[in-house]
Amino acid sequence: MKQAVYLALVLLALLHQDFWFWDDPSLVLGFLPIGLAYHLVYCVVTALVWYLALKYAWPEDLESFAAAKDSDEVNRQ
Amino acid sequence: MTSLVIMSAYLALLLAVGLVSNRFFRGTARDYFLASQSIGPVLLVMSVFGTAMTSFALVGSSGEAYRIGIGVFGTLASWSALVHVAVFFFVGMRLWAVGKRHGYVTQIQYFRDRYESDFLGLLLFPILVGLVIPYLLTGLLGARGVVRSMTQGAFPELFPATQGAVPPWLTGLVICGVVLVYIFHGGLRGAVWANTFQTCVFMISGVVAFSMISSKLGGLEAATRKVLEAHPEHLMRGSLISQIDFLTYGLIPLSIGTFPHIFQHWLTARSASTFRLSIVAHPIFMMILWAPCVLIGVWATSATLPDGSLIVPPGSPPNTELALMVDRLTTPILGGLLGAGILAAIMSSLDSQFFCLGTMFTTDIVVHYFGKERFDDRRRVRLARMFIVLIVGVSYLLSLAEPRGIFTLGVWCFTGFTSLFPLVFLSIYWRRSTKAGAIASVAVTAAVWVLLFRDGGYGSNADYKFWGLMPVAINFFASLFTMIVVSLLTRAPSEETLRKFFLAGPARRAPLREGLAADQVRG
Repeated sequence: MKQAVYLALVLLALLHQDFWFWDDPSLVLGFLPIGLAYHLVYCVVTALVWYLALKYAWPEDLESFAAAKDSDEVNRQ
Repeated sequence: MTSLVIMSAYLALLLAVGLVSNRFFRGTARDYFLASQSIGPVLLVMSVFGTAMTSFALVGSSGEAYRIGIGVFGTLASWSALVHVAVFFFVGMRLWAVGKRHGYVTQIQYFRDRYESDFLGLLLFPILVGLVIPYLLTGLLGARGVVRSMTQGAFPELFPATQGAVPPWLTGLVICGVVLVYIFHGGLRGAVWANTFQTCVFMISGVVAFSMISSKLGGLEAATRKVLEAHPEHLMRGSLISQIDFLTYGLIPLSIGTFPHIFQHWLTARSASTFRLSIVAHPIFMMILWAPCVLIGVWATSATLPDGSLIVPPGSPPNTELALMVDRLTTPILGGLLGAGILAAIMSSLDSQFFCLGTMFTTDIVVHYFGKERFDDRRRVRLARMFIVLIVGVSYLLSLAEPRGIFTLGVWCFTGFTSLFPLVFLSIYWRRSTKAGAIASVAVTAAVWVLLFRDGGYGSNADYKFWGLMPVAINFFASLFTMIVVSLLTRAPSEETLRKFFLAGPARRAPLREGLAADQVRG
């Protein structure tokens, strides 16, 4: 699952380059240029993927690493 | 005049928030510099977001949307939604863990230890200071533009030279004074509290401004229809931005990984899980803040007053588009509230930038070279306060010089910070990165940046390209290439250093995991 999350992040980076809407001035909901609407949806999807990253790719060992001391430091103390 | 009264009341309230935070000051240097690493998830997300977003996000984005249309949202906002958070996740949390483990306060302390080089710290110091100061100036320039636009005609006799508007020198003086008071007294906790309050204010203000302006323009559809008739090119990217530029802008948000003030904010986190909220909320916050400003900037290209004249006439001073729209299309009371929101966005970055520079002068220069034992907590705090006053004064004087476009100046600072990203990233993930590689990379970054900045007319050419690419691409890859090649050609770091940051374990495993495993074995 962790690899799937990382793959989704790479895919998101690729999907940022929406050349298919580059010259399209059409409007969504009557006021939102489609090139802008796409990137608004992109932000929401990005937040969802990051939520999945928290769930499946969280580095569990960070807390204990931060709390641990090096042997050198322990000796100094 | 009403706008000015409201903005003044806001500044007074901000002072109160900052001063109240002083009551929680525990009297130690660790508390003054890092709020005793006690900051929880809500305060962290608000303070980091407020610090990352400056006038660049509000005033600069609307100004740039006025110039190049909706493409500006993709170039920075949606790229940042992905890249900023990737930096929090893969770099920020790991630096927090290393910082907490070894008791670091500044980036330079970390780099000096990681690369076993005092000289690297000395080399990095002027570069980081030299990049933070212009970035900080973008905030001051933004504040001056906003207040000037919103107070035009208020004091015709007192300030005839500015058509009755509060003059830039006075705005800068007041802004610097307010920020100085609350960081001087409250330290980083004061900045975190004030930033949280300010982030709430500027996000709410942005949404209110958007709603009021669209309503005054006849509704969302009518506002956009006018643009479709007069400037349809602003509703797409077309020829206003090239595909390669759009792609290259993805490098710019990497700069957040090397901002010294963001590093300091990361270290205030209570635990690694404190970052969780930032990771999910940041993309949504980007959208809430940037989308209204970009749309307002696009509408400004075609919005007219009842007499048919353009609200933002061609040739208006740069960075005034948002303020003009707010001033001409809302009531003075709401105009004042929205003006306060713009100031909030600006000041929420200024405070952390001033503070981190004061911390760096104290920690990386004075305490480092004159000896830790000579400075107890009280003397360190006093020293930091003295440097903060000095930095605020110098920044204020520099802001009186001729202003450049905020967006352009900001992009040049981000270019420099982004180019330092390989240094920080490889320090975490590549055991083989060496002191010589780091020094060479920093030197090449600085040299290439200076050459490109000079070639680009010192920021006066907003569309400057080198070999058809934005300077950030050239500078970033020059830095990355140098770091890798020189590291491979020079001696690997000592075993002692590797143990401190990577400890024992197979080289292919993630460094922090290795460290933990080694600790467990030893323990």
